[in-house]
Amino acid sequence: MNFIENEQPLLVAEGLTKWYGRRLGCRDASFELYEGEVIAVVGESGSGKTTLLQLLSGQIEPSAGQIRYRLRDGAIADVWSMSEPMRRFLFRTDWGYVHQDPQLGLRMGVSAGGNVGERLMAVGWRNYGDIRGAATDWLARVEIPEDRIDDTPRAYSGGMRQRLQIARNLVTAPRLIFMDEPTGGLDVSVQARLLDLLRRIVSEMRIAVIVVTHDLAVARLLSNRIMVMKEGEVIEQGLTDQVLDDPHAPYTQLLVSSILPA
Amino acid sequence: MSAPVYNFAYLDEQTKRMIRRAILKAIAIPGYQVPFASREMPMPYGWGTGGVQVTASILGPEDVLKVIDQGSDDTTNAVSIRKFFTKTAGVRTTTSTLEATVIQTRHRIPETPLSETQVLVYQVPIPEPLRFLEPRETETRRMHALSEYGLMHVKLYEDIARHGHIATTYAYPVKVDERYVMDPSPIPKFDNPKLSDCPALQLFGAGREKRIYAIPPYTRVVSLDFEDHPFQPYRHDAQCELCGAADSYLDEVITDDRGSRMFVCSDTDYCETRRAMGYAAPARNSDAEPARD
Repeated sequence: MNFIENEQPLLVAEGLTKWYGRRLGCRDASFELYEGEVIAVVGESGSGKTTLLQLLSGQIEPSAGQIRYRLRDGAIADVWSMSEPMRRFLFRTDWGYVHQDPQLGLRMGVSAGGNVGERLMAVGWRNYGDIRGAATDWLARVEIPEDRIDDTPRAYSGGMRQRLQIARNLVTAPRLIFMDEPTGGLDVSVQARLLDLLRRIVSEMRIAVIVVTHDLAVARLLSNRIMVMKEGEVIEQGLTDQVLDDPHAPYTQLLVSSILPA
Repeated sequence: MSAPVYNFAYLDEQTKRMIRRAILKAIAIPGYQVPFASREMPMPYGWGTGGVQVTASILGPEDVLKVIDQGSDDTTNAVSIRKFFTKTAGVRTTTSTLEATVIQTRHRIPETPLSETQVLVYQVPIPEPLRFLEPRETETRRMHALSEYGLMHVKLYEDIARHGHIATTYAYPVKVDERYVMDPSPIPKFDNPKLSDCPALQLFGAGREKRIYAIPPYTRVVSLDFEDHPFQPYRHDAQCELCGAADSYLDEVITDDRGSRMFVCSDTDYCETRRAMGYAAPARNSDAEPARD
């Protein structure tokens, strides 16, 4: 990555903590994310990865800590002190959220074109031809044949659904995408194709990505930096290759050594 | 158990006050759905329990009531609600749109233009226009609060993608006073333009869903559409075969089992008035008109 010197980070998390009653979700997570950078959050199930992602994307309110985001006009905003309409506006224009289960991120009863067009209509597009044009364009970019535009996601395979979900999120040209296990539940060849696609689009559009995964191969392929979580805490972070090739924390060593040799 | 006490127009005064408060709030916020403590009425849900409660709480002894069901004064629903108020309130009823001061309606707006002295009460089955797209009530209320109405256009988009045009023909969503998106109840979209700038007060009551909303007189109501697919009211391309009207909303009536059909005004009062004025059926070339599609 070629970072511009003195560039302001896009997103800054400081001491993010979430308690579910007396149970810990995630404790004291701090990091900075720059434009076009991909961070992977890895760890076993229950380690707080998804909690962290939901905290960062403003879906659940942190018990402590702060998230600051640099808006398009350069102003720095605290995600939780901005008004709800603004936060929701941010969420559907400048951010994207790719769910592990496409059924959560898509409207299953609405055609692919409608799914992609929804965000555009939400920001005030009122010309059917333009909306359809943008939808067609985006379906092509995620390699969905044009003649499937009027099918509902129900008629799509798992891989296509996931690609449709990505198109739906990217249509407003967001600067930050959150992904929760984007390749979970897909078979290996479909996974490879999806990862290829993601890598291409992310670098083309210079989108910052926070990707949660338990698959170290996904992390290695996609991310520049990596955060390892265990029992709600970030136990190690650094450049992906560095952490994976030379893990310091005992848990990370265990995690890396548990990959089956190809 | 105390014996039931008679009260004017069935509901007790306390209930009427509660409903009137809801109505006032609804008028103050055009198009906003005000929750109210809907009562059980002596009729099944779906038969106009919401409309009846609204009518009961605004009715005075001097009012003249008209009830229509799909434009008609003589169907079961209309007749029984009229009887209900004759019995419980002793008010005068009428079938004439001009004479009435309160008109309760199911699924139509009368053809005869309404005036400032009239109130139109709609029976509403499902008040939430976003319901079929977003099943969560918490979410739809938040969407109304923040006027996030992109989803409504997704429905219209789907119509065009599937049918080539906006195929929603009734309960066509509207935006009231440039703020709230509202379901105008299942009136045909032919009636949508009449919602806007109407001199009469329009009240909507949904009994099962416990919501009241309103369009105050002379409020701008816009039907949602796309720039390249503008809103278009629909009307059968025919004349009424009883009164010859070419501007009224028509019902298609099947007259036998060989495909014969006729078009008649859905608003019976309008049709009868015209016939009394001497208008008659247009000349027809033959009785056995071939079936059209």
